[in-house]
Amino acid sequence: MAEMMYWEAIRRAHDEEMTRDPLVICMGEDIGVAGGTYKATKGLYDKFGPERVIDTPISENGFTGLAIGASFLGVRPIVEIMSVNFAWLAMDQIFNSAAKVRYMSGGQLTAPVVIRSPGGTAHQLGAQHSARMEKVFMGVAGLRVVTPSNPKQAYGLLKSAVRCNDPVFINEHELMYNMKGEVPDGEYFHPLEGSEVTRQGRDVTLFGYNISLHWCMQAAEILSKQHGIEAEVVDLYSLAPLDREGIRESVKNTHRAVIVEEAEAPVGVGSEVMAIINEECFFDLDAAPVRVSARNVPTPFNHTLEKASIPNAKDVVAAVLKMFGK
Amino acid sequence: MNVADKKRVLREMLFARRFEERCYEAYVERKIGGFLHLYPGEEACAFGVLEAARPGSDYVITGYRDHVHALKCGADPKALMAELYGKETGSSKGRGGSMHIFDVEHHFMGGYALVGGPFPLAAGMAKAIKMKGGDEIAICFLGDAANNQGTFHESLNMAKVWNLPVLYVCENNLYGIGTRIDRSTAVIDQYKRVSGYDIPAKQVDGQDIEVVYAAAKEAVDHVRSGKGPYFLELMTYRYRGHSMSDSNAYREKDEERQWSGRDPIIMLRDRLIEAGELSEDDFKAMDSEILAQIENEIVKFSEESPEPKVEEVDKYVFAENDPWVQGEAH
Repeated sequence: MAEMMYWEAIRRAHDEEMTRDPLVICMGEDIGVAGGTYKATKGLYDKFGPERVIDTPISENGFTGLAIGASFLGVRPIVEIMSVNFAWLAMDQIFNSAAKVRYMSGGQLTAPVVIRSPGGTAHQLGAQHSARMEKVFMGVAGLRVVTPSNPKQAYGLLKSAVRCNDPVFINEHELMYNMKGEVPDGEYFHPLEGSEVTRQGRDVTLFGYNISLHWCMQAAEILSKQHGIEAEVVDLYSLAPLDREGIRESVKNTHRAVIVEEAEAPVGVGSEVMAIINEECFFDLDAAPVRVSARNVPTPFNHTLEKASIPNAKDVVAAVLKMFGK
Repeated sequence: MNVADKKRVLREMLFARRFEERCYEAYVERKIGGFLHLYPGEEACAFGVLEAARPGSDYVITGYRDHVHALKCGADPKALMAELYGKETGSSKGRGGSMHIFDVEHHFMGGYALVGGPFPLAAGMAKAIKMKGGDEIAICFLGDAANNQGTFHESLNMAKVWNLPVLYVCENNLYGIGTRIDRSTAVIDQYKRVSGYDIPAKQVDGQDIEVVYAAAKEAVDHVRSGKGPYFLELMTYRYRGHSMSDSNAYREKDEERQWSGRDPIIMLRDRLIEAGELSEDDFKAMDSEILAQIENEIVKFSEESPEPKVEEVDKYVFAENDPWVQGEAH
């Protein structure tokens, strides 16, 4: 196991898959000569050349559609959309072409394309560069949505996504590219479905993913040390499909659930997980499940307002304590 | 095209016309549901271009008015009609419908309902062809109104920048649904809009299949020889409304009469008769044969075919048993 940064893990997955298969390509704005806004494709242009590491014009719907069309013929494109906010422009091609073509063709055609894009609130980037959009992607039939919370997942999910025959959207986060973590030395393929228990506990389950998983872990430590509450933490690295069984198993043991997401609450991960809990294990609950989520506002520019608009570990602790009447 | 080719294409075009007329009837009888966009009057576009290309080998993609392009690529008319009926034996197993005909085996890569959606998909297929080193080309058929989508400009730009083997065919039938082109579009001659991308472009009569064929041959040769994209505009007219729900009230009768006098099938038929290569009786016999085939084989097959099973409604959403979904350590 070597320690590497999140961006290095993504870069390594690109490098290995492109070395293995000449039909794997990557494309996006500034990913080639410039090396990528987040360095996720650093050095690949020099190694694989302009036909396979493609600097695109700023035409999100166009180049995403182009990648999807190429995937119809067996090319395996990895598309980087510089910010998930720009992915709105590519929604037509992602939803109407990639996600539906297999069904519409009765299984004749498939779009094995990978689309990576970071969302999330970073440092005062304003409303049009700070949105979280996983809630939108996860609601569409035919599209897989995964979201890595650490470098190992960032590496292993991309490796599996490239080889999977379905279109996969990988939701990354602007603040996580420099996060360090251990990644297996040999090739590793992370499952595209399921969830992971990252901390065991008996009193309450904290559901998180991507950056909110880390708030859950921090909150669990505080709850344990300061309040004697042992939280289980579940990493929902697959948002589509959500792991019904994993959610049920954990809540059956802890009888309480808090769902933590950086996005605003309406029509989100929290509401979906709550629905699953209702459907799967309502009578195992000792308390009503709670969501910890962003304020329902476009992300403010002002630093203080920005921080106030999204949740953090303290909010998770407060939600759990309230649930326990403390 | 030699005489034998012309006779064959006449038959193919007549078959396509009669096939779609039968679709119309089945729709009126409510045996076909949903949307139905027919192609009568525009046949010389698909047939002329594809006759100059390699149908079944070149990769073809289009919008929702897709039946005739699929037929010319080699799609089984039984599976096509059954798809319109929504049957399990349909080309998309009843999951696609009229607007989503696919025949991937013959490289007909689909009909798409979002106007302008196929532009970048075609460029992507061309990118794949180029990477794999084949000498096929990608051919994208769309109407004039699609050119008002951003994907038109985005795709032409990328196709030129990356020198992709893609032929864009614009079937300019003068109307975007019910809005006449001069009321929606600043420049009526669509080929002029392409000059901003330094892509060769040409406009020709889309009713005369020999004119279409000659222009398409030049276009196809250009693309296949590695010189990059080409844009071919064909001036044409649809003899019916945009779809079955369209009363067609927005068009002048004079205009309709003028275009119906230039029916691509009648024009080719008369030319062959004039040249003494075909008789009226030959044509009538051909027509009767086609009508009988459509009725006795194609419609019968579609009507007798089973519906898809309700318990299989989830099939085809995701790849089945894809090992990479579970992840594996190799």
